[in-house]
Amino acid sequence: MYNYPDKAGHFGPYGGVYMAETLMPAVDELRRQYLRFRDDAEFQTEFAHELKHYVGRPSPIYHASRLSDHLGGARIYLKREDLNHTGAHKINNAIGQALLARRMGKRRVIAETGAGMHGVATATVAARFGMECVVYMGAEDVQRQAANVFRMKLLGATVVPVESGSRTLKDACNEAIRDWVTNVETTFYIFGTAAGPHPYPMLVRDFQCVIGKEARAQMLEMLGRQPDVLVACVGGGSNAIGLFHPYIEDRDVRLVGVEAGGHGIASGEHAAPLTANARVGVLHGNKVYLMQDEDGQIVETHSISAGLDYPGVGPEHCLLKDLGRAEYVAIDDDEAIAAFDALCRFEGIIPALESSHALAQAMKIAPGMRRDQVILVNLSGRGDKDMNTVARIKGITL
Amino acid sequence: MSRIAKTFARLQVQGRKALIPFLTAGFPEPAHTVPLLHAMVEVGADVLELGVPFSDPMADGPTIQRASEQALRHGVSLRGVLDMVAEFRQRDQDTPVVLMGYGNPIEAMGWEAFARRCALVGVDGVLTVDFPPEESHTAFAHLEAHGLDPIFLLAPTTRDERIAEVAGLARGYVYYVSLKGVTGAANLDLSAVEARLPALRRHITLPIGVGFGIRDAETARRVAAVADAVVIGSRIVQEIENSTPEAMLGNVKRFVHGLRVALDE
Repeated sequence: MYNYPDKAGHFGPYGGVYMAETLMPAVDELRRQYLRFRDDAEFQTEFAHELKHYVGRPSPIYHASRLSDHLGGARIYLKREDLNHTGAHKINNAIGQALLARRMGKRRVIAETGAGMHGVATATVAARFGMECVVYMGAEDVQRQAANVFRMKLLGATVVPVESGSRTLKDACNEAIRDWVTNVETTFYIFGTAAGPHPYPMLVRDFQCVIGKEARAQMLEMLGRQPDVLVACVGGGSNAIGLFHPYIEDRDVRLVGVEAGGHGIASGEHAAPLTANARVGVLHGNKVYLMQDEDGQIVETHSISAGLDYPGVGPEHCLLKDLGRAEYVAIDDDEAIAAFDALCRFEGIIPALESSHALAQAMKIAPGMRRDQVILVNLSGRGDKDMNTVARIKGITL
Repeated sequence: MSRIAKTFARLQVQGRKALIPFLTAGFPEPAHTVPLLHAMVEVGADVLELGVPFSDPMADGPTIQRASEQALRHGVSLRGVLDMVAEFRQRDQDTPVVLMGYGNPIEAMGWEAFARRCALVGVDGVLTVDFPPEESHTAFAHLEAHGLDPIFLLAPTTRDERIAEVAGLARGYVYYVSLKGVTGAANLDLSAVEARLPALRRHITLPIGVGFGIRDAETARRVAAVADAVVIGSRIVQEIENSTPEAMLGNVKRFVHGLRVALDE
């Protein structure tokens, strides 16, 4: 029986609580409070209510029939997380953590963000619940995701560009941790992905599992059975674990996590620690596969998608890789763009560049499968935020 | 008896408090580190904390972040730092050296290989900011096997049961983080530190050093009135940062000497 993490937050050899002493009592308190509210009917009812009436769940599952017909082979279905309020799966987790923050009496929330979707989700729930909100974002990402920066500001959040290190998501994480250590008593850190110190990987997964739970019921209703393959993109891996986790005991359902191949694994310029078999290391509170040099310094990653541009990955994906329960592959920038274009033209859906990685993998394997087989892709977010990036790649000035 | 224990025993006999300056290894240039260490000992440093540069220094403020980034640009990483300690030991057999940094460079080297190399070059203690007791058992077994002191942090937020746990694992001295924040922050609350130390001493028999946010001789003197050791880092790195290469050694010596005088008053 698959039952992770253990009490100390370990997923086999991965995960754990690697934090500076000042924050240890804070993560411990969060763990105790979460375990209490996880089994609290009132909390769960409120969470479900918010997901239904504020987020707009359940998100539909859509048969991408024109794309499927064009490719031949397996039928491709999309779990439409892009239709959630704020346009991505991130809101599921942000709502859950905001409800926890409120019960813990914290009036100030902080977050890190890469593509800006988690930042927007956090700014949104902060406005919804009347909390102060500060979002840390790498200065490089502030530039490439200008529209999301503006959205966060409209929602009343303060956006702090982070100039240190590689000026991307990992540096935003560092700066959010520095804020938390300074303001630990008043502040709740709404962490965006299923990684970081325990209990975050467990807690974020549990909040995101609404994706997989809904999918099980919806697929059963639509097809009378479960899909053959689930495909989801993996940066930190929260949308993927949210879809995969409710299926872990269904041994005949293949789980495929898609990392950012950037300029290709061989180039070294990617963000695919699992696919590239990166050495295991410790960063941001957990032990995971981690892109680093031989001295243990974290290396700069590359992806066209800011949301996947991160050197580590959540600990549960590390375990699922080792167990052989999930497979991890990489899709490079060009393949992701081709999938982005295909979904626009064949289905009238503009996907996020992150989700385009998952879609590209589905498009790769579908033609080799039978017509009666089904691939479910987690369409984790919509592509509105990526207009500038895509235009630039196509040589167009907006 | 370890070099650290010997040093604190001697100071206790003399009725003095330990002065523990911190430097980021390899900043501003790799060649400066060993001369800076000797210079600080000359003017009264008792224990030296040497920062191992890391790409993601989450517990550090802007000063040490900048120093680490510059040291990394010079290619200084854990192996280079160990070589610096070996060079320092050619002229100084007595002053304890503690490596302070983050766990991943050590994980990459392997704790066994790291501990063996530390013992060989003359490192005395190891402080890994992001390895709390919960995750440290295997790692610190290797340190102990090679006679190295694991140095632990305690914070204003640390609860009593954790203090007791750390007391059972720590060797050498315990480092009390005097504020909620990153290194070099300017919000040290002296009265809070004074109020907190007696509670720590109920569990901890080792010497207690206090650091983070100590920026001048007067604060150092007042902290030393209640602690066994005073740790000063960012302020020294700043002194280096603000000095011309010619004036650097002199400026650092003057500053550390001022701390020494204040502690001995």
